[in-house]
Amino acid sequence: MIVTTMAEMMAQGKQPEVLFWVGAAGSYDDKAKKITRAFVKILQQANVNFAVLGTEESSTGDAAKRAGNEFLFQMQAMMNIEILNAYEVKTIVTCDPHSFNTFKNEYPSLGGKYQVFHHTQFIQKLIAENRLKIDETTLKGKRLTFHDPCYLGRANNEYESPRDLIRRLGVNLTEMKRHKSTALCCGAGGAQMFKDAEKGDKEVNVLRTEDALETNPQIIATGCPYCKTMMTDGVKFKVKESEIVVKDIAELIAEANHL
Amino acid sequence: MHYLPNILFALALAVGLGFFAMNVRKLFRNIKLGKEVDRTDNKSERLKNMIKIALGQTKMVRRPLSGFLHVIVYVGFIIINIEVLEIMIDGLFGTHRIFKGVVGTQLYGFLIGTFEVLAILVLIAVIIFWTRRNIANIKRFLSPELKGWPKNDANLILYFEVVLMSLFLTMNATDIHFQEAGVGNIISQFLSPIFDGFTTENLHIIERSAWWFHILGILVFLNYLYFSKHLHILLAFPNTYFANLNPKGQFNNLESVTKEVKLMMDPAADPYATSTESTENQVPEKFGASDVTDLSWVQLLNAYTCTECGRCTSSCPANLTGKKLSPRKIMMDTRDRLEEVGKNMDANGGVFKDDGKQLLNDYITPEELWACTSCNACVEECPVNIDPLSIIIDMRRYLVMEKSAAPKELNMMMTNIENNGAPWQYSQQDRLNWVNED
Repeated sequence: MIVTTMAEMMAQGKQPEVLFWVGAAGSYDDKAKKITRAFVKILQQANVNFAVLGTEESSTGDAAKRAGNEFLFQMQAMMNIEILNAYEVKTIVTCDPHSFNTFKNEYPSLGGKYQVFHHTQFIQKLIAENRLKIDETTLKGKRLTFHDPCYLGRANNEYESPRDLIRRLGVNLTEMKRHKSTALCCGAGGAQMFKDAEKGDKEVNVLRTEDALETNPQIIATGCPYCKTMMTDGVKFKVKESEIVVKDIAELIAEANHL
Repeated sequence: MHYLPNILFALALAVGLGFFAMNVRKLFRNIKLGKEVDRTDNKSERLKNMIKIALGQTKMVRRPLSGFLHVIVYVGFIIINIEVLEIMIDGLFGTHRIFKGVVGTQLYGFLIGTFEVLAILVLIAVIIFWTRRNIANIKRFLSPELKGWPKNDANLILYFEVVLMSLFLTMNATDIHFQEAGVGNIISQFLSPIFDGFTTENLHIIERSAWWFHILGILVFLNYLYFSKHLHILLAFPNTYFANLNPKGQFNNLESVTKEVKLMMDPAADPYATSTESTENQVPEKFGASDVTDLSWVQLLNAYTCTECGRCTSSCPANLTGKKLSPRKIMMDTRDRLEEVGKNMDANGGVFKDDGKQLLNDYITPEELWACTSCNACVEECPVNIDPLSIIIDMRRYLVMEKSAAPKELNMMMTNIENNGAPWQYSQQDRLNWVNED
């Protein structure tokens, strides 16, 4: 796989159409790296002129902010903004709703003003511009349910773009009883991903997995690397991993298009 | 002596409204203890939200049963209040059913008929509400934070409504002229046979008593509001008007932090230089919130507006999985602490005297705060746009930035971000390794 960095682009005197912000999960976490690679394959199939920051990318500071560390968040934000502005980045796409949210809503007042896309929105745009087609025969008829990421859904009111792509996959979508604005969190948000849960009688991801299992799915689709981890763990907890796969929409599209 | 009832009525009205004005003043003072936050923008959108959400009850009906019942009680409350206007005029000027002469018998009958139908619907709704709260084992009404006064408060409000509606219907049923006219007594005509054996004089006494208790009850209820969760009937309007309009995922960037971070990152800044602007004894601004006075006035308004319905808590992933966090309790605690601060000020000539307590630990524990996933389900659910999440985050900010009291794993996560730009301990040099892995 060949991916160009912003530094390489600049050395060639070129400017990409969009910066792909990979994010920490997308760079390091094994399950999330699959999303990253799938999305890159989609971008390449659609001939999108994109670049990544590579080793110049750092944490957005989102997790620090949700944990209450405003100092660390703003430090990270200002360092990132310095780099992004130096490269004259105008458009950012990311597979991580948390990065999407903080770039879109929290960076502007610190001097980082970009057009920001969640990858499902960007893929939708590629389809609308006739640059990409989704093969609806590969996954036709599969039973699928979609778990709304909080930071895409409630946080930014984007419920439609992932569902639009799901419909194009030709699968049978069954919604969970809690979906869209009433969707239950996977349990990872608010920096919970990085700590043990407080004392309780159940893990949040198990409760959410139970919601999903009620729809009798073959595929649980998500649009967030953290949700993917939580739901995968939930399916394992329920010993259903031989029957149910948890995948990001980007992975499903890459699979449908045989990428 | 002829004017005695009028004088007594004017007196009761003055006392009732006077006390209410005092309560409202206290309410304003307490809310103003919060920090300034600008909500003067987007007036038309704010007005639209208020009309849609508070007046139009759009978020209430998302849960159809309780939403529908609430709309009945709400509409009943507003419309029957037209009757209260008549009662006030009658009371002050010694008239009887003054509106009848003004709008004509037919229209008057239609109005009173509507009130009577609403009154009976309200009675039915209130009985169902009481059953839901006390018998139906609905989880959100059984939470620990509702034990004691909150539960009694809720029931008391329902009893109030039962009494007020019954008095209204009794008043109409025992009004001989009104019953004889036979227009608008849709419900009360079925109640009047109960009083068949009574003399005209006794009927008149019952009618007058019902009339008096009805209006006095309303005045008492008005003054009960300040001490009750029921304040929402007034505050829902300003609360929805001043609510946050930004995307729910957007948390505010603390300006005090921005200043310091900019200074830290400015290579030209001299870290040892003393600022010429700041005076010697200036107390550095506190980061985050440990007490109610660190919160914004909108957050404090939120706390007074909360009517403890618990829709937030019933949708909170932490609460649903048995954790201590309950967004409703966050709001109740904030209000209770604010009330405590207010009473402290009342007792000390308007100045707060340190009582050794604060919102953090004495009311809200770190265990509750750290259980939040910041998923915004509570904010989304609230029928009047209360934002418990913002209080949780402000209190986390205090714990982390003032007390360095984050859970150990989160401290590790933050150290990793500082050292290698990722929440995990991976080298930044490995950021692009995924390109070559298949």
